[in-house]
Amino acid sequence: MATGLTRFGRRMRWVPSVCNGRQFSTSFCDKDHNPPAKSFNLYTAINQALHIALETDSRAYVFGEDVGFGGVFRCTTGLADRFGKTRVFNTPLCEQGIVGFAIGLAAMGNRAIAEIQFADYIFPAFDQLVNEAAKFRYRSGNQFNCGGLTVRAPYGAVGHGALYHSQSPEAFFCHVPGLKVVIPRSPREAKGLLLSSIRDPNPVVFFEPKWLYRLSVEEVPEHDYMLPLSEAQVIREGSDITLVGWGAQLSIIEQACIDAEKEGISCELIDLKTLIPWDKETVEASVRKTGRLLISHEAPVTGGFGAEIAASIVERCFLRLEAPVARVCGLDTPFPLVFEPLYMPTKNKVLDSIKSTVNY
Amino acid sequence: MSSSTFFSSSSINTIKSSCFTTENHSSIIPTSSFLGSTHKLRFNPLTANSPTRFIKNRQTHIVAVSDVKQKQLKSTPFVGNLLITKEEGLELYEDMILGRTFEDMCAQMYYRGKMFGFVHLYNGQEAVSTGFIKLLKQQDCVVSTYRDHVHALSKGVPAREVMSELFGKTTGCVRGQGGSMHMFSKEHNLIGGFAFIGEGIPIATGTAFTSKYNRDVLKQADCDHVTLAFFGDGTCNNGQFFECLNMAALWKLPIVFVVENNLWAIGMSHERATSDPEIWKKGPAFGMPGVHVDGMDVLKVREVAKEAVERARRGDGPTLIECETYRFRGHSLADPDELRDPSEKAHYAARDPITALKKYMIENKLANEGELKAIEKKIDELVEEAVEFADASPHPDRSQLLQNVFADPKGFGIGPDGRYRCEDPKFTQGTAHV
Repeated sequence: MATGLTRFGRRMRWVPSVCNGRQFSTSFCDKDHNPPAKSFNLYTAINQALHIALETDSRAYVFGEDVGFGGVFRCTTGLADRFGKTRVFNTPLCEQGIVGFAIGLAAMGNRAIAEIQFADYIFPAFDQLVNEAAKFRYRSGNQFNCGGLTVRAPYGAVGHGALYHSQSPEAFFCHVPGLKVVIPRSPREAKGLLLSSIRDPNPVVFFEPKWLYRLSVEEVPEHDYMLPLSEAQVIREGSDITLVGWGAQLSIIEQACIDAEKEGISCELIDLKTLIPWDKETVEASVRKTGRLLISHEAPVTGGFGAEIAASIVERCFLRLEAPVARVCGLDTPFPLVFEPLYMPTKNKVLDSIKSTVNY
Repeated sequence: MSSSTFFSSSSINTIKSSCFTTENHSSIIPTSSFLGSTHKLRFNPLTANSPTRFIKNRQTHIVAVSDVKQKQLKSTPFVGNLLITKEEGLELYEDMILGRTFEDMCAQMYYRGKMFGFVHLYNGQEAVSTGFIKLLKQQDCVVSTYRDHVHALSKGVPAREVMSELFGKTTGCVRGQGGSMHMFSKEHNLIGGFAFIGEGIPIATGTAFTSKYNRDVLKQADCDHVTLAFFGDGTCNNGQFFECLNMAALWKLPIVFVVENNLWAIGMSHERATSDPEIWKKGPAFGMPGVHVDGMDVLKVREVAKEAVERARRGDGPTLIECETYRFRGHSLADPDELRDPSEKAHYAARDPITALKKYMIENKLANEGELKAIEKKIDELVEEAVEFADASPHPDRSQLLQNVFADPKGFGIGPDGRYRCEDPKFTQGTAHV
């Protein structure tokens, strides 16, 4: 069973053919090896993953604000009806309480899947995540752990969210040893990664790009499958420059890659998937091939996770680099209301940066 | 500064007298005297009922009684007459009509695409805003939530500024940077507009502290400013609320905590989220009076508000007021509002505060139909004009993007060329690499 896999304590591949290291595009589907998959959008894929998680483990619980009727993004539809109000329930409006309570559940061996309604609201729970969840196993000498904890939160810009419905707080959590941060880019990735995150024996913060909830449609296998954590994926091969991103930003970067292709620049695109612990080897191998690196994310540039990637790669590949590592990210301002198009790292900004890096 | 500065010998009485309000409420009608005054506040004479049925059985004829006014508790919704003068009545009516018309116009503009983002409308709750805020002076502070358009309007922010802010234009009260959920006004002392629930309450506590400090320590004798903190029923389960009740009561701050209990937090019903759904009881637990009032009746709200604001002005400390109210629309304009029972909606629609006040004024000969119609027409024109103004206003300039992140733009640091980034001519265009 799926839960048995985690006893090995390592990432396990459920269906080997689906998640072999290098695939060429996000929509590629192994029709020959797998049962036929139907098209679903992101929130349906997440919904399926939650159904499977609750089905396969009788001690898994889903809770959060408004999850009973399906949640404000419909990710939890049908769960309360199918599994009952004792396993899928609404909590009062207290993020700190929700996450602390989830840590307690996880410490007793349950799988607590807590939903934070918007990633912007995760800050009251920041204390519990950083000071308790991340350090639980460490400070109890492995007598207790909260590995069953998964915190799901929709993050990222959505076009009209303004200051408090659009933030990308992944960098704050990447600074905490003991937590894992996972961000999917598409429905099929989301389902596999979410199931892996839930079954991973470590606390995971799972950020879902809210922009893609309805927009991103892909063929998603309906059976239970997991995708490995801490493995980055090269989704487009190239030889001139390596681009790294995650979540919704990847679709922007991909468009920039296509445009750059027309100008003769061959771009290699990597989806990081897990931000910590991140797959340094894949990125390093790619940079050794191309010699240039560009990172793009929605969060503000200063102190964003791109800085960590840049510093690590420079440390490892200094002599191979032919141009400074470029970061195309959000501006260093609070997320604006009407200025969102100016703030965001748009396709044109990425394209300009690709060209200036290649022509350095 | 030690707490003894704020100590008052009558504080002990409050704690004693409010003790029994948390006990079994079947037989006695508990009363509590406001500190240092002869005013009495009569609490909800509840019959023994379980929290799950409390909505139906809860008596709504809760009223604040003051010795000076010598009211009698009747079974009619409106206690006594001549609670207000004609001028006051018209002012209240105008304010509520302004709130309702403005929100309806917001909905129209939203569906026409002129407004975007998350917009939360206040229809149905006007009595609370009008009842409280119309009693305040300009220097009194109001701290609100994301459902703040009408609080801004009641406090005195011009409708055209609020509408421009919603459209995201430079002429808005926050220059287009805040939007629907972040209305601020220095001139009218409206300290936001908070998208995050509960975040405004500690801030309101700090504002109240300033006022108290100015009076007691800096000896500005005329500084008796009061702060009102508005928030909802869902917020009352949040830690920040309890922390602030404690601090406010401990330091006897001039603040009034107003709970707009509209029974729903998006899709979560208040009864199912709270162990004891009667929020007013949480006040005495912290040593301040807790009051429940019918929030669909502006006159009752006004009576209670008067007591609480005067209490705060005298320096007698905070009050927690729970207003039972209802929002006629969904949580936000993106909410399909499928979860609420139609009979519940109908029940509250019948208690529309505007219709109730109109009826009261006409029955008591305070105004006639013509005058009220004239007010409605005037407000219609005002709101239309606000929309035109907002439409005609310019969008914010790109240079506004990087303003106000730090007090001094030099806070953006030194750029790659060794000079301050803000001195780069491209900085204000928003194109410089920040």
